[in-house]
Amino acid sequence: MIEMKNVYKKYPNGIVAANGIDIEIKQGEFVYVVGPSGAGKSTFIKMMYREERPTSGDIFINGTNLSSLKNNKVPYLRRQIGVVFQDFKLLPRLNVYENVAFALEVIEETPTVIRKKVMEVLELVGLKHKARMFPTELSGGEQQRVSIARSIVNTPKLVIADEPTGNLDPDTSWEIMNIFEEINARGTTIIMATHNREIVNTIRHRVIAVEGGLITRDEDKGEYGYEN
Amino acid sequence: MKTRTAGRHFRDSLKSISRNGWMTFASVSAVTVTLLLVGVFVMIMMNLNKVADDLEKDVEIKVIVELTADEAAITALQDEIKNTSGVAEVQYSPKEDELNKLVLDFGEDLRLFEQQNPLHNVFYAKAANPQDTEKVAKRLDRLDNTFEVKYGEGKIEKLFSFLNTSRNVGLVLILALLFTAMFLISNTIRITIVARRRDIEIMKLVGATNWFIRIPFILEGMWLGILGAIIPITLVTTLYYNIHKVLAPKLAQGNLFELLDFSPFIYQVNALILLMGVLIGVWGSFMSVRKFLRV
Repeated sequence: MIEMKNVYKKYPNGIVAANGIDIEIKQGEFVYVVGPSGAGKSTFIKMMYREERPTSGDIFINGTNLSSLKNNKVPYLRRQIGVVFQDFKLLPRLNVYENVAFALEVIEETPTVIRKKVMEVLELVGLKHKARMFPTELSGGEQQRVSIARSIVNTPKLVIADEPTGNLDPDTSWEIMNIFEEINARGTTIIMATHNREIVNTIRHRVIAVEGGLITRDEDKGEYGYEN
Repeated sequence: MKTRTAGRHFRDSLKSISRNGWMTFASVSAVTVTLLLVGVFVMIMMNLNKVADDLEKDVEIKVIVELTADEAAITALQDEIKNTSGVAEVQYSPKEDELNKLVLDFGEDLRLFEQQNPLHNVFYAKAANPQDTEKVAKRLDRLDNTFEVKYGEGKIEKLFSFLNTSRNVGLVLILALLFTAMFLISNTIRITIVARRRDIEIMKLVGATNWFIRIPFILEGMWLGILGAIIPITLVTTLYYNIHKVLAPKLAQGNLFELLDFSPFIYQVNALILLMGVLIGVWGSFMSVRKFLRV
């Protein structure tokens, strides 16, 4: 499902964020990406949905080679991938319902289908009763759940989360993790960059450690492995 | 694009207008002020231009006929004048009429001359293009049986050059004002969009194509233009209606020049204001969004 071959990424300011990454992730896996700040975790993740392009090397998502993907095809790639951000990235002037619906309007879904699917995912993340509220009226955890709802509403095979619990308190973080577990149980691949040692050590999954733009460790049911 | 998506963009642009309250207000006021300026200015300039046209149209060429010309020669001359290139119209004024004009101007005493009228028969010709008066006059001078051709030499050249200068100055002023308006309005719209650059970035990350993002913004620009045109259109119309009502009868007495008629003119000005508002709104949005679409 995801394959990186000899991927390098050097930013214009000279920082090397990927220094020859090779990795393969299969459909249905749950992968933690760990590592110190500035080690290249975010770049590793951003290259998967083409927010960043590798300087050299190939990245395949569902068989599509991102290196040769034209700019005007990028939106179609992103529709196959749900992305959850640390800062939620909700549209401030749209309410909860509209924020989630946006991902379906983009693919020109019919209003009836949009309504049905949005209510389904809002039910899943437990926010059905707050559908008419605006992001600013919600707590951080609730906003993150909206963001997750949006990322999965058009049932992508892959969900990428960049430190989704980074801004949340421990209790809320566990709730969010439960939602991800449930999504994963339905067969969706999940890739999650995280600094949360407790979560990684408790809910065991494959762990990929990135340091200095290289993958230094890759183990099934691994540990977080860093001191907080 | 599917119809329901078009409907979605339409609703989205309206939603944006109302949910961005203050930003909408700021843009609309900028549009309002500039369009009002443009409207009033165009109104004034077009009327001054009309005055200039009226003055020009009053310029006549006086063709004085030889005393020896008999009636057949006069009819022949009339045809010749009519057929001279550049002549729009010609009017015959026999010497009796000429005398009557003098009597009107200088008093009944001149009636003495009715017995032995010393005046010449005259043709009054007008050039199709008033600016060509001199050329046309020279052509007429070459015809047979003309005693003299007069067209206000010296004076009309000055008049024309004055009118031409004022027209050019007016044109330059209008263009400068239009340019300023465009700059001001598109800048205000740009600010409202810059405030939403994060929105655009998010939309792109969720998989929206550029046109999907762009269209609601462009429609929004259009609404801003339309909203901003409402007050200028109302004011300009009321203003011109009243000015016309007060001034037109007075000017009609003077007989020299008139204001432009209320009816097609004010609708043209209004259409211009609306069109400008829409164009500038759309253009401003388009240019501003373009910058942030490269995510």
